[in-house]
Amino acid sequence: MTYTMWIILTASLVGLSCGLIGVYLILKKQAMMADAISHTVLLGIVLAYMVTQQLSGTAMLVGGIFAGILTAFLVQSLNNLKVQHDASLGIVFTTLFAIGVILISTSVGNVHLDVQHALMGEITFVPFTTMDIPLIGSVPKATAILALVLIVVIFFIIAFYKEWKITSFDPALAASIGIPVIFFHYLFMTLVSVTTVASFDAVGAILVVAMLITPAAAAYLWTDKLILMLFLSGGFGIISAVAGYWVATWLNTSISGSMALMTGCIFFITFLLSPKHGLISRWVRPAEVREEA
Amino acid sequence: MLSNLLHINTLWVMASTMILGIAAGGIGCLAYWKRQNLMSDALSHAALPGVVVAFLIIQEKNLLLLVIGAALSALLGAFFIQWFSNASRITEDTAMGMTLSVFYGVGVMLLAIANRSPGGNQSGLNNFIYGQAAAMVRSDVITMIALASIVILIIFLAFKEWKLFLFDANFAKGVGMSIRGMNVLYTIVLVTTIVIGIQAVGVILMAAMLIIPAVSARYWTHSFKMMILLSSAIGGLAGAFGTWVSSTGSGLPTGPFIVLTSSAVFILSLLFGKEKGIIINFIQFKMQQRASQKKHPLAAEKGGSQ
Repeated sequence: MTYTMWIILTASLVGLSCGLIGVYLILKKQAMMADAISHTVLLGIVLAYMVTQQLSGTAMLVGGIFAGILTAFLVQSLNNLKVQHDASLGIVFTTLFAIGVILISTSVGNVHLDVQHALMGEITFVPFTTMDIPLIGSVPKATAILALVLIVVIFFIIAFYKEWKITSFDPALAASIGIPVIFFHYLFMTLVSVTTVASFDAVGAILVVAMLITPAAAAYLWTDKLILMLFLSGGFGIISAVAGYWVATWLNTSISGSMALMTGCIFFITFLLSPKHGLISRWVRPAEVREEA
Repeated sequence: MLSNLLHINTLWVMASTMILGIAAGGIGCLAYWKRQNLMSDALSHAALPGVVVAFLIIQEKNLLLLVIGAALSALLGAFFIQWFSNASRITEDTAMGMTLSVFYGVGVMLLAIANRSPGGNQSGLNNFIYGQAAAMVRSDVITMIALASIVILIIFLAFKEWKLFLFDANFAKGVGMSIRGMNVLYTIVLVTTIVIGIQAVGVILMAAMLIIPAVSARYWTHSFKMMILLSSAIGGLAGAFGTWVSSTGSGLPTGPFIVLTSSAVFILSLLFGKEKGIIINFIQFKMQQRASQKKHPLAAEKGGSQ
């Protein structure tokens, strides 16, 4: 495979796995949690680096998962202490992020891990670090990890499809029929952090938020069916990844930035044209139908 | 360390972050009661493309013009958030998440272009992402202090109006205030505070300067006036102290130290706060338990054995 193909493949994997996870973020009304976790994952990676003294994929994943669960847990505890939910989010993620930045600038310093890379991502470097996989041959490491994460995400979505559906739409009902809602909450936060860490190399911490939320929000305006929303959101993710790559090469600029912009464009088009919730259809629909809807 | 403190440049920078902290602490209270804590996070990210576009147009780093660019793009972000959440079934937090990340993406794209332009790399535009108060020059400091003072003035002069606007909008309308006008003014002071702050603490941590002091102050008082005063004091203290700590070593970032200082104040408030602090709550609970046991020994026993 050529260099370009690897980049496009990696970007599409990011788009697909983020798109799938994002659907549940939107339905659970936890969109800003993605923002929080994407920032705190930085701390997890720094800690993993400080413990192992190297940046291996496994250590990063473990560190990221740890940071993600810690964030979810701290936000939940502050919220239980009657701090407003969004305020507790804001306090937790900025504090943990600040600790991460300070650790980088003091102890780990000028080593491989620089904040800029972590925040913006650099997908162009992805094909340079490869690993050998039996039967397939030499594959970029980030791509292999992303593929693995995608399989894990799809596995959990299919295995617990019904459980996710109920806990997302009606947590009270889920709890009353004996589904372990808290367990699923933390399992979900783990999946969000895993996806974020895996996408880190490619798109960076903040832009992963765009890939997580925006395609799913667009899909949410097209359909009321969960299964369709999953397919649409994953598809939008892939389309923005590929389109983002072409725009970036055309303008010679950051690939991850243009991927985020493309998700925004898809959402905006949806916002205008969606048959049920779009601006134009609202406008042309007669007033009495509008009242009923 | 002391000589460092007395260094004239450090003093200037400390003064500016302190005033910034005071302004942000005050605005934070307004945002807290409007339940828009994370709005500051969204708007500070949304300011990034404006900064870069302003730089690409004027080709030099003039803080006032960059701040105007930032303010325009943050206002555009605020408009999108309002629009998306009002005109469709997208919730406000989803709209904020989308706006902040997509605007930030555009900012990163433009930054890559700006860094390629001659002199772009040395312009210190990256400081807007991570914040580096020590890199500010005298004119930046003066701009910051002037704008932050205006914000502080607006908060304190219109204190009564803010109170009505936040707690009883209907009554405010009844006595002839324009709610729409207050909303516009609120958005403008919020955006101003954010855009002058991002140079010092960076787009990512700016939110903390608004959220944390306000939430901490809430643990000490029920009065809105006291809350604003306390929150401003905490913000100012964190700004000055954080800047001082970061100036003691080379290459230490300013923003994170400011944030950690206010987080420390938050943890202290959470534990010891006079109103609903954990320890006070616990003591009150125990006292009530004892009192009710004395009053109804049997019922308490029954309750205790369950």
